[in-house]
Amino acid sequence: MNHGPFVFAAYAIVLICTAAVVVNSFVTMRRAERKAEQLSKRK
Amino acid sequence: MHAYANPTRFLSLARPLTPFLLFGGIAMVLIACLWGLLATPAERLQGDTVKIIFVHVPMAWLGMAGWTGIAIASLSELIWRHPLASHAARAIAVPGALFSLLCLVTGSIWGRPAWGTWWVWDGRLTSMLVLFFLYLAYIVLANETSKANGQSRIAAIFGVVGIINLPIIRFSVEWWETQHQGTSINLMGKSTIDAVYLWPLLISAIGFSLLFGAIVLMRMRASLAQTKVDARLKRMAAE
Repeated sequence: MNHGPFVFAAYAIVLICTAAVVVNSFVTMRRAERKAEQLSKRK
Repeated sequence: MHAYANPTRFLSLARPLTPFLLFGGIAMVLIACLWGLLATPAERLQGDTVKIIFVHVPMAWLGMAGWTGIAIASLSELIWRHPLASHAARAIAVPGALFSLLCLVTGSIWGRPAWGTWWVWDGRLTSMLVLFFLYLAYIVLANETSKANGQSRIAAIFGVVGIINLPIIRFSVEWWETQHQGTSINLMGKSTIDAVYLWPLLISAIGFSLLFGAIVLMRMRASLAQTKVDARLKRMAAE
């Protein structure tokens, strides 16, 4: 059995999913902090 | 720890720490993956599939460490009512669930060539699957309770009680006869894993831990900012 596709699939899934949650967390954080900043400036 | 339970003090630390953890984590994960994929030899019995260890084991450790974090934060919320505790527990839940799921998926991918099957209902795999379901239940519970009254005592109690699953995962390979191999990495004693695999594994574990920390900090910062926005909008509506 060729092990290459199994190893490649495991790495690809981990790296893609980790990158997705990092990007999602970063975008959510930036959006929320920007909204908070804008509201405090409106004061 | 008590000093940093203050949101302003926490943010003054979290802001510079986030990019440090993020970029440090990315660099270490990339180094570990390249090292593991290109510079480690195939194992005598398992062949190249042994290289899955460099992503599978950190996912398992962080899945379990995540719930430990939820339990500690939940306990702080219940005992000391730390203002940051529920934010921390919620911020850990999503990456914890994801890493537990990735542990199960990579284990399954490893199991097919190594054991000849994608899945077996043995103690280690089943208890890890239970951990993943506990995360899902915690996320639903924390969202619903915060929507209802802004409090999350039920979620906090669930977070503390759920820790009972961690020793079951840890000792499952000793308590029951399992398809999953026994413990080969021992922090207190001698590890049975060869140094050629141990070093990239440690780098990978540290790298993914830094990334996990960065994700938690970013989610906590988002949650704190959102709370601030909600409070201000409520105040503006009342004026």
